[in-house]
Amino acid sequence: MTCCKKESAVAGSSDISTPGTPAISPPLWLLAELTYRCPLHCVFCYNPTQYARLQTEMSTAQWVDVMRQARALGAAQLGFSGGEPMLRDDLEELVQEAHHLGFYTNLITSGVGFTPARAQKLKDAGLDHVQLSFQDSTKELNDFLSHTKTFDLKLKVAKLIKEHDWPMVMNCVLHRHNLPHVGKIIEMAEALGAEFLELANTQYYGWAWTNRDQLMPTQEQLLEAEAVVKRYREQAKPPCRVLFVVPDYFEQRPKACMNGWGSVFLAVAPDGTALPCHNARDLPGLNLPRVQDQPLADIWARSQGFNAYRGQDWMKAPCRDCDERHKDFGGCRCQAFLVTGDATQADPVCSKSPHHEKIIELVRRAPENRVVPIVFRSDSESRRLHPQA
Amino acid sequence: MTSSSPPPASAAPAPVPKPVDLPAHPCLSRLYRLQYEPVQKGWVLLYPEGMVKLSESTAEILRRCSGQLSPDAIVAELETLFNIEGIGPQVHDLLQEGVRRGWII
Repeated sequence: MTCCKKESAVAGSSDISTPGTPAISPPLWLLAELTYRCPLHCVFCYNPTQYARLQTEMSTAQWVDVMRQARALGAAQLGFSGGEPMLRDDLEELVQEAHHLGFYTNLITSGVGFTPARAQKLKDAGLDHVQLSFQDSTKELNDFLSHTKTFDLKLKVAKLIKEHDWPMVMNCVLHRHNLPHVGKIIEMAEALGAEFLELANTQYYGWAWTNRDQLMPTQEQLLEAEAVVKRYREQAKPPCRVLFVVPDYFEQRPKACMNGWGSVFLAVAPDGTALPCHNARDLPGLNLPRVQDQPLADIWARSQGFNAYRGQDWMKAPCRDCDERHKDFGGCRCQAFLVTGDATQADPVCSKSPHHEKIIELVRRAPENRVVPIVFRSDSESRRLHPQA
Repeated sequence: MTSSSPPPASAAPAPVPKPVDLPAHPCLSRLYRLQYEPVQKGWVLLYPEGMVKLSESTAEILRRCSGQLSPDAIVAELETLFNIEGIGPQVHDLLQEGVRRGWII
């Protein structure tokens, strides 16, 4: 998987929620994490660091069943993700089924395995859009951060995507190593014909949390990058639409994570675990059913996991009494847990949080903490980080 | 899509928008797919990783953006169909907003 976009994961979907709707609205977004396997070793991957212990994958028939159920519940957007979804040799079959069901189908890929033959099959199956990840505008940094030689391959894949007339979103996760290259990254997206460029500032979950000190930018780097993006957008007709996913550690208010828990977003992990957020597996005390064991409608509406932080009843002060709770839903539960040890706290990114100082400290102390080497995502590192799991 | 990206699309136009030229025969951009959603009981615009729920009137206008009809022909067709008059300015405003958002080319 390319990055963690807890906010833009439901991009646009926020347009749909209307105030005053009943507590349980239908899911609109299904994220199908087909596999945790990935040929890349990105240091900012949001997949769980224990992924090597979670190698079970659902069968084609089980995925088809999930897609049918999700579509019947109202989901219209479907993301095929992972890991690297191209590693599933039934991807074309799944796309075809999703297309017949009426989903808008998004493939979120590193490009590895996206050969001309498979591109044609995916086109024939009805795939609507491809999101291609790059790690940087330079071969050196791209290949270093992913610990692979994939830069030239990604350029070829971008060409292939355009040859098949797919809309292309280019995604690049930003951090202190590539923030100074934002201008070049925009130029590259334009040259490759991307309609959208997602500049996704690192969100600190999974491997990115492990590597947070190594990735943490400075405020100055962010301001400069933002200024570059602003200048680009102010052109008369910029050919590429640039999205800048906010670096929330540097903000005063949290992101409206998932547009609210159990509101529009439903992720299904490779092993069939249904997740209200792709990082929810790491939260304590959540009962997250598997889609093989229980109907999806029940999981969505009635499971403890999906109701734990739905609505506002779970909120404590300051969220409970805050005017902005309808806007940001208290922010991110995973971030609250990672930073404060308590998932029911306000997202500490919020300046009203009693734990906000911890975020400031994480940013401030990052440079002096860079004594530990950067950890590349791999099966062996996964097992090392979770020896007894 | 995110707080620093362009404002979320909705049927409500931004205050005092800049006028833009309308295409001779408005056509929905290939980046967008117009679709009826039975569960939501309404039309939506789907695009890479996003979705906009449309009001009924917006949907009726966009459904006619097939590159065949001029803006005036769209107005005429809707006026006949719904047996109303004088919706020209409203339809033109919405088409303009669609052009600004990149829905219509």
